[in-house]
Amino acid sequence: MRLDAKIPEGPLQDKWSVYKRTAKLVNPANRKKLQVIVIGTGLAGSSLAASLGEMGYNVSSFCFQDTPRRAHSVAAQGGVNAAKNYKNDGDSIYRMFADTLKGGDFRSREANVYRMAECSVNLIDQAVAQGVPFGREYGGYLNNRSFGGVQVSRTFYSRGQTGQQLLLGAYQALMRQVGKGTVKLFARHEMLDVVLIDGKARGVIVRNLDTGEIERHAAHAVVLATGGYGKIYFLSTLAMGCNGSAIWRAHKKGALMACPSWIQIHPTSLPQSGDYQSKLTLMSESLRNDGRIWVPQHANDPRKPNDIPEEERDYYLERRYPAFGNLAPRDISSRAAKERIDAGFGIGPLKNAVYLDFARSIREQGQEKIREKYGNLFEMYLKITGYDAYKEPMMISPSAHFSMGGLWVDYELMTTIPGLFALGEANFADHGANRLGANSLLQASVDGYFIAPYTIANYLADEVKTGKISTQHPAFQEAEDQVSNQIRQLIGIKGNRTVDDYHRSLGKILYDYCGLARTEQGLKLAIEQIGALRQDFYKHVSVPGNGDQMNSELEKAGRVADYLELGELMCYDALTRNESCGAHFREEYQTADGEAMRNDAAFQFISAWEWNGKNTTPILHKEPLIFETIKPTVRSYK
Amino acid sequence: MKLHLKIWRQKDADSEGKLVDYTVDNINPHMSFLEMLDHLNETLILTGGEPVEFDHDCREGICGQCGVMINGIAHGPLKNTTTCQLHMREFKDGENILIEPFRAEAFPVKKDLRVDRSAFDRIISSGGFVSVNTGQAPEANTTRVTHRVTEAAFDAAVCIGCGACVATCKNGSAVLFTAAKIAQLSILPQGQEERVTRVVNMIQQMDEEGFGHCSNTEACQVECPQGISVFHIARMNYEYHRARLLKK
Repeated sequence: MRLDAKIPEGPLQDKWSVYKRTAKLVNPANRKKLQVIVIGTGLAGSSLAASLGEMGYNVSSFCFQDTPRRAHSVAAQGGVNAAKNYKNDGDSIYRMFADTLKGGDFRSREANVYRMAECSVNLIDQAVAQGVPFGREYGGYLNNRSFGGVQVSRTFYSRGQTGQQLLLGAYQALMRQVGKGTVKLFARHEMLDVVLIDGKARGVIVRNLDTGEIERHAAHAVVLATGGYGKIYFLSTLAMGCNGSAIWRAHKKGALMACPSWIQIHPTSLPQSGDYQSKLTLMSESLRNDGRIWVPQHANDPRKPNDIPEEERDYYLERRYPAFGNLAPRDISSRAAKERIDAGFGIGPLKNAVYLDFARSIREQGQEKIREKYGNLFEMYLKITGYDAYKEPMMISPSAHFSMGGLWVDYELMTTIPGLFALGEANFADHGANRLGANSLLQASVDGYFIAPYTIANYLADEVKTGKISTQHPAFQEAEDQVSNQIRQLIGIKGNRTVDDYHRSLGKILYDYCGLARTEQGLKLAIEQIGALRQDFYKHVSVPGNGDQMNSELEKAGRVADYLELGELMCYDALTRNESCGAHFREEYQTADGEAMRNDAAFQFISAWEWNGKNTTPILHKEPLIFETIKPTVRSYK
Repeated sequence: MKLHLKIWRQKDADSEGKLVDYTVDNINPHMSFLEMLDHLNETLILTGGEPVEFDHDCREGICGQCGVMINGIAHGPLKNTTTCQLHMREFKDGENILIEPFRAEAFPVKKDLRVDRSAFDRIISSGGFVSVNTGQAPEANTTRVTHRVTEAAFDAAVCIGCGACVATCKNGSAVLFTAAKIAQLSILPQGQEERVTRVVNMIQQMDEEGFGHCSNTEACQVECPQGISVFHIARMNYEYHRARLLKK
């Protein structure tokens, strides 16, 4: 299979405008004849559904939550990047593009990354117009803060709740269209399959999670804006319902998965404290603006943090990466924490954490200023741990967070299935092997507001004559039967192990062998173990109740069944990439001082995997990465 | 810890529900309240029982999906805290805990502890937005908003839409939820053009959904996980009367 990314010709800075002025259009009168299904209502899904509704298309919007406003974009804390250069500190679209490309360790497409930086400017305008209350300076102008991996201040924020405020802006735009009747909303509906007719995406099979009813929905294009799959590790910063099922089922229908093993392990989450935990709460990266990370210089130091004198602390990020210090990118910060923890310097009851200390900032700026910037995060920390971070340092630890990998898409955000698009975290496109902080809200938003409305129109222009698509087509029947059979199968097993128990086991295998550090031997072992776990799942999983009712355990079982396949693909992906890049760190490929060693000669490509049937080895396709503007260099933050 | 739970069980919207007793053992005080319920459910599944359905998702207090009445208090005993952020260290070993859904006329029970809060979506849909299409926005810094105004709008905008205000109100009123959105958008310059129609439409929708009236007990503010102030209700009332006058 030849992968064509369809990058427009011309100089980098003109590619998107060239695309926009040559893309096909759909006449306003024809738009209402075209149906688009959007799965997911996070920033990407809500903003796209609202934008398409405004343009006059017929849109159906689906989410598994009980209202679109709860999608997990809501939980992003620190901010959203944009190259406005309001601080006059040397920022520009080009600088943002270069930072993002380097942050991703030169494993993303130049054209995609440049476009994201270019559209970032419009996003801030749009959000402000919607009434999103971004932080302001006293004169009334917009304020910015710094984030990891960059040396300018380009991050816009709403206290520690930027994701919530951006999502509410998009949600309100969506609900406005729902009120106008251009968008039909289906909350508490989960997509269980995509329906293909003559090779094109023509609809979906969904399950109404309140009644258990299986429904068919047809459309001229289907968009997956279903977020990331970091929850595969069980303990992660994600919401309990986050899942990879929509993209995985699309993958099994023919959409290629790109670089699935590129998972960001976030450096500042709350540490694991026992086996009863269901998630690890994230503490925003923005805290690293004013917090200093350290461990005691002496292993097993029994003293309380405030009793350890300054000269006996190891501020290891400031020591190893003086240029960026506590704002080193996430992959590097997480690995540095793991290095200290593995070497025996970890702190906390399980010796699995490091300190994030605000004492100096509180001394210099006053407690009130720190409260204004991060008040909600300090409160959250107090509620969860019972400790007051104004008085003693936070204890933090790395945790699974963001999936850079996802469905392979071309420049138009279309997967290898014609008419099936993937937006936001569900695709792989913009972050390479490591995502920079505050680029996630950005990518989701620009995909939905500014990119997909053009590229989907370009696709739909050829669909005007297609006419209404019937859900009576045999392809719908076949997909529905498949979904119903799977539900019957899962309920029929009636075993003695809970779904969560399997999920925890899978998570442990992945943390151990396909997490912050990977080895050939470990990955081979993990593939074996996941295969065995999957077989055991289909023999012994216990799913109570039945399919024609509300049944949370059944929902989870379907998602874990998919994770048990996706997890194996992640290991294959990590195993075949014999280099270290970004979040993918193969212990065999590192420099003498423990930094990632990329191999551009052999691995300057995107791995795109094709499903090859159950219990068989997946097929690898390669999309070469071509760098015309910036020559890949060794990524240094020292 | 060992705890004695009394949980509302209801098969579906049309069935009658009842309180059922459960005892859970080996509860770690660092568990969250929802992790305690996970623990109960895992035990129920393995002993052939039917797990308890409850709403939850992000488990970090921001998505607004979780929420139950705990000993008669929305989201439980800890102030300004969602159910997911409540930890078992707030309870005593051997304690009895009563767990019920967020009940209200406009929030019908779907199953066990899950209720239907889609009325909130319809209130937002009736006017809780600024009418700006994608692409229409002017350059962001042309809209200046002072630090004080932004902070005031933000204090209203933090609502997570959990419905604790409705569940705790003796009248089942949704005015705190509705007022918070009206306040945010009527304070900000971006919301001025629709200031009159917004408040009228949203209040009308709120009434149509079957929410009760506000009788100023201020219980909603006490139980709101985000600590949203009842002063927003006063602002909503002001906006409503202003709108009625301007419409004449």
